[in-house]
Amino acid sequence: MRVTAFVLLALLAVAGGVAVFVVNSMARATIALAVSFVAAGAAILLVDAAYLGVITILMMLMEMGIMAIFMIMFMMNPGGLMPMSMMHNKRGALVVSIVVFLLLAGGALGTPWPQRRGTPPSDPTLALGEAIMGGKMLVMMTVSAVLFATIVSAMVLATGRGRYDGEPSARPADDA
Amino acid sequence: MFLVLAAALFATGLFGALSQQSVVMVMMGLELMINALVVAGAAFWYFLAPARPDGQVFVLVVLAAMTVEMALGFAVATLLMRARDADMTDMAGDLRG
Amino acid sequence: MTAAPVWSVLPAAALVLAYASGAAVLDGLLDPADRDRGAGVRAGRPLWETARLLRQRRRSTVTPDALLWRAGAAGPLVVALLMAVVVPMGGRAVADPVVGVVWFNALDVALWLLVWSAGWGANGVYALVGGYRYLAQALAYELPLMFALTGPAVAAGSLRMSEVVAAQHGLWFVVWMPVAFGVFLGAVAGFSLWGPFGYPAGRDVAGGVLAEPSGVDRLVLLAGRYALLAAGAAMASALFLGGPAGPVLPGWLWSALKTALVLAALVAVRRRMPVLRADRVMRLAWLVVLPLTLAQLLVVAVIAVVVGG
Repeated sequence: MRVTAFVLLALLAVAGGVAVFVVNSMARATIALAVSFVAAGAAILLVDAAYLGVITILMMLMEMGIMAIFMIMFMMNPGGLMPMSMMHNKRGALVVSIVVFLLLAGGALGTPWPQRRGTPPSDPTLALGEAIMGGKMLVMMTVSAVLFATIVSAMVLATGRGRYDGEPSARPADDA
Repeated sequence: MFLVLAAALFATGLFGALSQQSVVMVMMGLELMINALVVAGAAFWYFLAPARPDGQVFVLVVLAAMTVEMALGFAVATLLMRARDADMTDMAGDLRG
Repeated sequence: MTAAPVWSVLPAAALVLAYASGAAVLDGLLDPADRDRGAGVRAGRPLWETARLLRQRRRSTVTPDALLWRAGAAGPLVVALLMAVVVPMGGRAVADPVVGVVWFNALDVALWLLVWSAGWGANGVYALVGGYRYLAQALAYELPLMFALTGPAVAAGSLRMSEVVAAQHGLWFVVWMPVAFGVFLGAVAGFSLWGPFGYPAGRDVAGGVLAEPSGVDRLVLLAGRYALLAAGAAMASALFLGGPAGPVLPGWLWSALKTALVLAALVAVRRRMPVLRADRVMRLAWLVVLPLTLAQLLVVAVIAVVVGG
């Protein structure tokens, strides 16, 4: 049961991932990536990591929502009305990625993994929360600082006006 | 088994990141690769050391890294677009202002 | 709280649809446009509309992205039903996962992409504008919604819906988290494209995401909108209004009554408030509502620590 579900989800995840680079329409590519992420998140749900699985799905769907905007905004052919290839060095990339896959999969199957230590706690979410607020607090503090720096630097990079440019005058009139 | 899935996702993402021309598509490839890390992290946690929460914390950190990548990637893409109307990695080859 | 058997999915879905139809009937009754007609005609409007849409031939646009369009039209209904899975009614829910609250949140984020693809797939200007408006509005309400959901979870010390409900035995959460309650209701209206947050389906863009679908597609999309309202109202009654808690009457009746009341309030507000533009919503949400929600969360956290020892 669990194995079947996992195999189905894994196939869906990989198929979604492949579809991202195959389909013509940017909208479909974004949705395909979202499907891939949801399948991966659901696969994580199978190993009793309920919080991680759901939070992965949540985050990824959100990011894909934002991604949709940028995809359509920046791509020259968002609707896929003019089929064209956006690849360069396709063969080389294919060879490299197949070799990497074989290496990684071989490593995953061939490595003598150590014996499993301990059993999962009855409530992994609770254990995670206590870890974040206890022993692993420093990690999360660092992450929060990094995130804040990201917000600031992303704004600085992306915004079109400088410190003294004031409000954009292009704001639509209030009675429009 | 989970690691094979992770490997497949990683390879797909790598293919995308290497072969695509558009900045945004490269980012989608990177996203797939990081997604593979999330899957692998959860699998390591569950199958090797489920008693300790380190694996779960690792996954959270990876998720945070993913958001950072997205935010900065889009910021740079917006900047490129503004500066020189380019959305291709080849055109952005020289990053001199 | 007991785990319900698998077949309880069916009555839960029927319940959501019943609430959704009730909301549609009430909306018909409250519509001032038909005031001179009889109450019976107005109350029956959802029925006539359903019959009309079922018979209507499906119109299509030039080169639509049919797959995404259909998925987007069906999306809201599916999401509403999935949301209803974790909502306890009268002490019972179809499923009671450890992370029920996050489940609800993840589903409402799923709407971002679904509604957007409903707008995108139609390949029409107005629909596309509606889809982007939805994304812009979602960016505004999502963060306050997340912190509003955090409040009850912190106070209950659990993300499990049954424990959140159980934690309100002494005092309903709405009493000491009024801000979170208000934000939650606003966000429900937001993700259902309703009332003041109906901007993505606004009249100025000929109905936005609702502009192009016709026939069965339109029926499913409209039904999904009411179903989202219903699921949101049920969630509000469980998260903030104590769920089945109440004197004299049995628990399931209290749950049903509270849900119906919240739903009726949401429906009634539709024509009483102006539609807000997305940039205004953004300003309001990030500059006023988000700090308020955070302050609310701080109060909740302090109380939880003090009371919980």
